[in-house]
This record gives sequence, C-alpha cells and structure tokens, in this order.
Amino acid sequence: MIDSHLPALIALTFVLFAILIPMFGLWKPKSSQPLAVLGSGIASVLSLYAFATYLQTGSIRYFFGGWEPPVGIEFVYDGLSGFFVLVINTVAFFVLIHSRQVARREFPGKEMPYFALAMLALLGFNGMILTGDLFNLYVFLEISSLASYGLIAIGSRPAPYAAFRYLIIGTAGGTLYLLGVGFLYTVTGTLNIIDMAAMLPTFATNTSVVAALVLMVVGIGVKAALFPLHGWLPDSYTFASSSSTALIAPIGTKVAAYILFRIVFYLFGVELTDAVAPITTVIGILAAIGILYGSIMAIAQTEMKRMLAYSSVSQIGYIIMGLSLANPLGFAGALLHVLNHAVMKACLFLVAGNLRMKEGHSDISKFNDSYRKKYPWTMASFSVAAISMVGLPPLAGFFSKWYLALGTIDNENWIFLAVILISSLLNAVYFFRILEKVYMMNPKKDQKEGSDAERNEVGFSMMFPTSVLAIALFVIGFANAAIVGILFNIFPM
Amino acid sequence: MDLTLVPLLAILSSLAAVPFILWSSSKPNLRETWTIIAALVKFGLVLTLLPSALNGESVTLHLFDLAPGLPFALNADPLGVFFAVIASGLWIFTSFYSIGYVRGHKEHKQTRYYASFAICLSATIGIAFSGNLLTFIVFYELLTLATYPLVIHTESDDAIKAGRKYLSFTLTAGLLLIAAAGMVYYYTGTLDFTPGGVLGDADIPYHMILVMFILFLGGVGVKAGIMPLHGWLPAAMAAPTPVSALLHAVAVVKSGVFAVLRVVGYVFGVDVMGDYGLNEILIVLAGATVILASLIAFAQDNLKRRLAYSTVGHLSYIVLGIALLTPLGIQGGIMHIAAHATMKITLFFCAGAIIVNLHRTEISNLNGIAKVMPWTMGAFVVGSMGLAGIPPINGFFSKFFLISGSLEGDMMIPVIILIVSGLLNAGYFFPIIHRAYFKKGEGLEKYGEASPFMVVPIVITATLSVLFGLFPNLFFNFFDLAAQISASLFNSATP
Repeated sequence: MIDSHLPALIALTFVLFAILIPMFGLWKPKSSQPLAVLGSGIASVLSLYAFATYLQTGSIRYFFGGWEPPVGIEFVYDGLSGFFVLVINTVAFFVLIHSRQVARREFPGKEMPYFALAMLALLGFNGMILTGDLFNLYVFLEISSLASYGLIAIGSRPAPYAAFRYLIIGTAGGTLYLLGVGFLYTVTGTLNIIDMAAMLPTFATNTSVVAALVLMVVGIGVKAALFPLHGWLPDSYTFASSSSTALIAPIGTKVAAYILFRIVFYLFGVELTDAVAPITTVIGILAAIGILYGSIMAIAQTEMKRMLAYSSVSQIGYIIMGLSLANPLGFAGALLHVLNHAVMKACLFLVAGNLRMKEGHSDISKFNDSYRKKYPWTMASFSVAAISMVGLPPLAGFFSKWYLALGTIDNENWIFLAVILISSLLNAVYFFRILEKVYMMNPKKDQKEGSDAERNEVGFSMMFPTSVLAIALFVIGFANAAIVGILFNIFPM
Repeated sequence: MDLTLVPLLAILSSLAAVPFILWSSSKPNLRETWTIIAALVKFGLVLTLLPSALNGESVTLHLFDLAPGLPFALNADPLGVFFAVIASGLWIFTSFYSIGYVRGHKEHKQTRYYASFAICLSATIGIAFSGNLLTFIVFYELLTLATYPLVIHTESDDAIKAGRKYLSFTLTAGLLLIAAAGMVYYYTGTLDFTPGGVLGDADIPYHMILVMFILFLGGVGVKAGIMPLHGWLPAAMAAPTPVSALLHAVAVVKSGVFAVLRVVGYVFGVDVMGDYGLNEILIVLAGATVILASLIAFAQDNLKRRLAYSTVGHLSYIVLGIALLTPLGIQGGIMHIAAHATMKITLFFCAGAIIVNLHRTEISNLNGIAKVMPWTMGAFVVGSMGLAGIPPINGFFSKFFLISGSLEGDMMIPVIILIVSGLLNAGYFFPIIHRAYFKKGEGLEKYGEASPFMVVPIVITATLSVLFGLFPNLFFNFFDLAAQISASLFNSATP
C-alpha cells in the first residue's frame, strides 16, 4: 500500500530532486527550475493526498526500514505535521514557479545550485515537520539551515554578510536546541517524541528537564525569529534575492513555530510545560511585544522587502501568541494564521519580486501612481494581500485574527486582545501608505506620470503565482469554517 | 412567491454591476446605464420584501459558515427592509444626480467613482440584511473600504488627509466592534440579532457589560457621528457632493445609527440597557452632540461643512430616540432615519448643484442665487424647514414622536434639547435662505438653473419630504413599519 509510505515519500521526493537537479543542471542549466517546480509539485500533491488520507483514516506512524523506535527512526504524520507539510509545500510550489525569471535576472548562471539548494531546504523543512525523533529533527534543522544560508547568500552584495550573520546566530540557536535534546536524552534515555512524552511526567521536577525545555525553546525561538531573537531576519530577507526571500520568508519561521507547537503541545503537554517552567506565559509576552515591535519597525522602513521582513517578525508573534493561549481557539487561530500568513507573505514578497524585476528596486519612497497603470494585476494582488494583512473581512487574514481574538477573550487576557487589535491598525498604516502612493496621484509632482504610463505587467510565469495566491486569500476566507473545523479536531487536549 | 434568495440578490445586484462598469470604462453612457440598471433592480428587489416586512415577517437565508457555528446569515427583518428601501431608493436619484454632477464638474477617474459607489451600496444593503454580528462586521468593513476611494476622489492634499482621517476613525471603530463581538460571543455563544437582545439571559458581571457597551459605542459611534467620534465626517466633505449626499447623509452614517439600533435593541436588549443605566450614557452623549453640533454648524461658512455638522446633530436625534427606550421614542428615531435621509440628501444635492453651476462653496457668496436657481433653492427651503421641524414636512413628524417618546419616559431634558435644537437648526439654515432670496447677488447674470440631471432629483427628493410629511404611510408604509419595529423590541423583551 502506497498510503502507508506517504510520510516518507513526501520527504524523499525532495531528496530525489535535490540529486536530479545537479545531474540535469550540469547538462542543461535551464532544466533546473522546471525540475524544482516538478519536485515541489509532486510533493504538494502527495501532501494533499496524505492529508485527505489522514482525514479518513487518522495518523500514520512510519518506521524507516521497519525498525521500530527506540532502535529506528520514525516519521509521524498526524494532523499537525500534515497541515504544516501541506501548507509549506503548496506555497513553495507557487514560489518556485515564480522563480524562473527572477533567477535568470538576479543570479544568471547560478540556477542549478540555487534550485538544488531550494530542494535541500525544503527537504529539511519537511523532515523537521515529519520526524518523530528529536535528534533526527536536529539533523533536518541543520540541513535546512545550511541550505537557507546558501539561498540567502545568493542576492545583492550585502547578502553574504546577512547570511553569515544568520549562520552565526542560527548555529547558536541550533546548538542550544541540541543541548536541550541532550539533557532530555540523559534523563529519559530515548529520543523518540512519543516515547519521551510518555516518560516525561515522572521527571517533571528534574532540573535537567527544566534546562532542556528552556534551551530548546530559546534555540527554536532564534529560528522562529521570536522577539528579541529576531535580529538576523530583517537583513537576511532584505538582501537575499527576491526568490530566496519569497521561498524562505513564508516557510522558514513557520517550521520553527511548528517545532514549538510540537514541544509544547505534544512532547511536554501544556500542563507539564507550565509545571516545568512558565514557558507559555513568557513566550506569550515576548510574542505580544514582538507583534507591536515588528509593526512599528515596519512602519519606519522605506524598503518594501525590509518592511515585509519586520512585518514577518510581527506576524510570527501572532502564531506564537496563539500557541501561548493554549486553548482550542488560540490553537486553531494560530494554525490558520500559519496558512494565511504563508499565503499572504508569499504573495507580498512575489509582488516585491515583480517590482524589482521591472523597476529594479522596491523602494517605497519611489512608488508612484504610474504603477497602477503599469502593473495592474501585480498591484491588485498587492492590495488584496495588504487588506488581508490588515485583517479586514471577508479576506483570510481577518479570520485568523478573529479566532486569536476569541482565544484571548476565552482566557480573559485583555492585554493580548488589545495587542492584536492595535497591531491591525499599525498594519493598516504601513500598507495603506503604499496603496495611497500607488493609487493616488502625487499632488506635488507633475500629474502626467500616471496617465502616460504604458502597461508593463510581468510575464505569465510571475503573474500566475502572484494572483493565484491573492485569489487563495478569498477562498481561504470563505472556506475558513471548514479549515478551522479540521484544526479544532487536531487540537491535542 | 419564494423570497429566500431576494436579500442575497439585492446585495449582489450592485456588486454584479461593478465588472460591467469597469469594462465599459471608455463608454461613459453605457457605464452609467449599468449603474442605473443596478439601482433600479436593487430597489425593485428590496420592494418585493416590503409586504412580508409589513406583516412582521423576516426572510432568512443561511449561506455557509463564516466560522464554525457562525453562519453567513442574511435576515431581511422589518428594520432591515426599512433601511434597505431608503438606501436603495435614494441611490436611484443619486445615480441620476451623479451623472449631472461628475460630468458638469468634469471629475477625473469617473469609472472608479461609479464602481466604488456600487460596492458601497452592496455593503449598505448587506448591513441592512445582516442576520448576525459577524456578517454585519463583514459588510461594515467593506463599506469602510469602498467609501475610501470616494473620500479621496479628488486626490488633493486635503482629500488625502481626509482619507487618512476617515480610515483611522473607521478602522479603529471596526476593530472595537470586532472585540465587542468576540466578547458577546464568549458570554452568550451567539451573535444573532434577536429582538429583545441576547445579553439578558447571560450571567455577565456588570463591569463586563459596561466594557462591552463602551466597545460597541466606539465601534458603531464613529459611523453614527456621536461626539467626540464625529471628526471624520466634516473632513469627509472633501468627497464629491453626491458622495456626501448619499453616503455621508444616508448610507454610511445611517449604517452607524442602524448599528446603534441593532446593538441596543437586538444585542443588549431594551431591558438590559435600562437595567444597567446604559441608555443614560447614550442620552448624555447624544444630547450633547445635538446641541454642540448645531452650535458648531453656525460657525461654518462652507455650505457642505455646515450641512455636515447638521448631519452630526441629526444623527444624534436618532440615537437619542433609541436611547429613550420608549416605544414612541424608538419609533421616532426610526422615522427620523427616513426623514433625515430625504431632507439631507435634498440639501446636499442643492449644495452640489450650486458648486457645479456657480462654482461657489461658501455661504457668504450665495447672495441672491434664488433668482437664477429657483427650483434648487425652493427645494433647499423645503429641506431646511423640515430639519428645523416645521410642519408639514416629514422632519416635523419624526421630531413630534421623539418628543412624545421623551414625555412617555418622563424625561424633560431630551424635550428641551430637541426644542432648542429645532431653534438652532432654524438659526443656521434661515440665514442661507435669507441671503439667497433677499440679498442682491453679483455676477449671476450669465448663470441659469443647473442641469436637469441634477434639478429633477432635487425636486423629487424635496417633494418626497413633503409627501412623507403629509402622508407618512405613502408608498412604503414607513409609519406602520416604524411602529411595528419599535413594538417588536418591547414585545419580545417581556414574553
């Protein structure tokens, strides 16, 4: 039966294509991108199929080579991992379609290594999500990180410096995580998440467990860019090439957030987590600060990609805040926001990519009303994604905020409620600022510019993914009840 | 006849016109035809709901779940139909008037103007027919977004500033409303609009009721122009005049007072409002707004700004009527929604006709214009008399009920406020009439009456104001409808 092998197949698809791309790429460099699209396409279809299977038959535990833990390595395809895999592979598929022209323009001749690295990064992300083994998770974390460093370093001149900074900070984060895993291993003698979860309650008061939990959360917090561990993110996202940013930004921090979900809800369980250390309270407060800090910093930026990067810091805060609420509404809101934010941010970074392709920059201060004429569809997609980011119904972004808000009310946590609402307004400030520039004429300048501009929209391979993601925001908005119904069922408590 | 889908179609009819409007961007006559067709279709659809509304029936439709347990629900109850008839009916006149105005004024980006207008009307009818608070919020935010391009239409510095002000007020309000809705959902498990309210049965601590009330007040008070949340409305006068006329005298601001009524009558319930003394907060705010807005109106030389402050004042008449929590008071408030709509739209139409025809915006420049624009100024007289509460215009009728409602509740202060406000209204309108009729004008020789596209709607809305004053039940049975809506709020509250 193929169904029982699905968890492994999803990850192995990327292994296969990570090998195929260099082989074909050396022979025909132009074949790299179609192969990458094909690979992520197959993975998306498998993820979708696996998720449908999960809904019918439940979780799949896959033992590599038939070796059961603690001897072998296990992949766990349950609701949480299935949902994340589906989201990241689908978004990656659309971003990779978009990459063809960007790659030719921004890093000609480096297509083969770029797309091979992209496959490796996706392998790492999928592996981290699917694995049921804490050490194996670290291995995949390093695979994805090393590939990400490479992807980020391909970009403008300061990109290697940003990548190097990310490498230093990211390695520190990974090491902290590994230390935490080591502590847990010395206490429990296993690395398998399910086994360890069964044993941990007996060791709740052990100082090693306390240290392990704190180290793991801090280590993963770096990867998730949880305030104040976000320092690496703005530069990396700004200076990397448009396609790298669009690939990593919607996905990378989400996967780290997934690990936090796994640790808090599945490995320890919320009650035990809080018995060991007040983790949910602390990360909730950090998330709240991060939401406001990211939004305010985003307002201060004049470069679109940098603005979106700070916005990501803020949005990851929503996800972590939903986690910290530890109730079904917060959980569902956070996971819905994982989906929404992945789609919105991918769409927005693709728009930034489109503008860089045509204008050679994405400097907000140079935006003007000619863009409306030149790039009608790009700007329409931008408007949809921006309004969704602000959180206006019936677009997707509204609903994740709605469930998060309900979650904060459920906990009677009025401060978090206020943070969510205030942040929406701050989002409105930095997005409407752009909409105003693009759709209004600039009264200080000669007003001819808008009317004289010729239509100069990007090609189909760039326009298609951008607009599909924008349309998806409507679809998710209208279908959110069904999605959230599934997410409520995933909630592990 | 099966009416189930009619509310949905009524909402969608103008939204469906948007692609056609965009598509015929280069053919103005065809483009405006779509608007007119949409307006007529919409009004016709709304009218088919009127008979069942008069019987006190509602047409409900649950489409799909917006969130688990929270359907996208349409409920064309009598109150919703009442508001929808007014908004969609006046859109027809505004559409004709718009043609005269934007062409006469040679406005740019007319396609965007008509498209946004059509979306606004969809949102307004959606607000009218929303069956629960979440559906309401969806349309409420859509209205905010769709009005924004109209506010900044001229794209001048002033307009962009006004647009920012508008967004910061309305988006904040929307967020407060979302928070309030979340709390209602948390405490009651439902967001349905139920006559008599949903909070009465729930066990909620007093301070939480108060917090919810304040959140709701912030959420709906902005669009209802309750002071000190009115600041966006005078600024929004930077919009073209038909926008000020329909949206900032009827659709948007009436959505605000409509929301006040929904919140007071269908979420909190009359009993809860009274038991916790929340209506007193509302009476104080609305009463202060009525007087202050009238006083500020005196100081405005710009005609549209004077009308804007007058609107702020009259919106609070309605809020005041609702806050009285007496059957007659609420009936008067509901009737004033209709009365103020026909009168204020007339006055804004007049102001627009003067702007397009004479290029004059300041009241001090209006000397002697009644000679060249007799029809327009005649209508202006009707509208301003009505707002001052002089019979036989419909403004008299609603004010009469507001005063009766205050007496019914043994409240003298609202009576005094309403009487003083009537005098103040007369005080700020009659100088305009005096100038127009009795002062000698200059430089008017080359001008005549405005284009028929503008004058005919003006005369019709003014005539409607008089007719509804003489025969309150004419055409649409507004009087009976208002009485019935008001009664339904009290009947179900004491089963």
